[in-house]
Amino acid sequence: MSFPLVPLIGLTLLVAAMGLILVRLIRGPTVSDRVVALDVLSAVAIGLIATYTVAAGTTALLDAALVIALVSFVGTVAFGHFVERRSVHR
Amino acid sequence: MLSYSRSSLMIANLLLLLGALFVLVTAVGLLRLPDLLMRMHAATKAGTLGAGLCLVAVAVAMPEPSVVARALATLIFLLLTAPIAAHVIAHAAYHAGEAQLWEHTEVDDLADDLAESEARTMPVSR
Repeated sequence: MSFPLVPLIGLTLLVAAMGLILVRLIRGPTVSDRVVALDVLSAVAIGLIATYTVAAGTTALLDAALVIALVSFVGTVAFGHFVERRSVHR
Repeated sequence: MLSYSRSSLMIANLLLLLGALFVLVTAVGLLRLPDLLMRMHAATKAGTLGAGLCLVAVAVAMPEPSVVARALATLIFLLLTAPIAAHVIAHAAYHAGEAQLWEHTEVDDLADDLAESEARTMPVSR
């Protein structure tokens, strides 16, 4: 199948953003930096799913977008509690 | 697969491009900004706006009840939870000492408040 041009440009931009976020995920000096990068990575995944939905005309992946949003929020809150609990050694 | 109207598809394409641009700006800010809290400032606002614009594009391109309901539910969930997640991470990182502020930062109100409250209360021996 051939994609229309405008969603293809959008997909390219989103994948470039994903690459930059992966650089921060590898280089981030602290755990909190990596958690923030993961949070943005889930937002990029939602954008990719939305772009594919519009371009291909299939609604099969929209539930996956909702699940990614839910899991990302729960994981972020869990990481926050973990970072805070790890700092009790003061 | 149904055929949707051309004008709504054009609006949806425009929204998709805008959302992808916002997400790209978020990624650049995540790389270039010097400080954890500044990076969160870029990530949590522009990232939510980019993903939300893409979801609105889905709702515009396919005006069926089920699709619109799913897209808007995801959007509302994102808008409700992004501030909570950002606050949890920032609070944890600051109190864990992981939020090293940028060297040109001049005002740290939270540190002043914490010092003042510690001076006001009895020192607790752990």
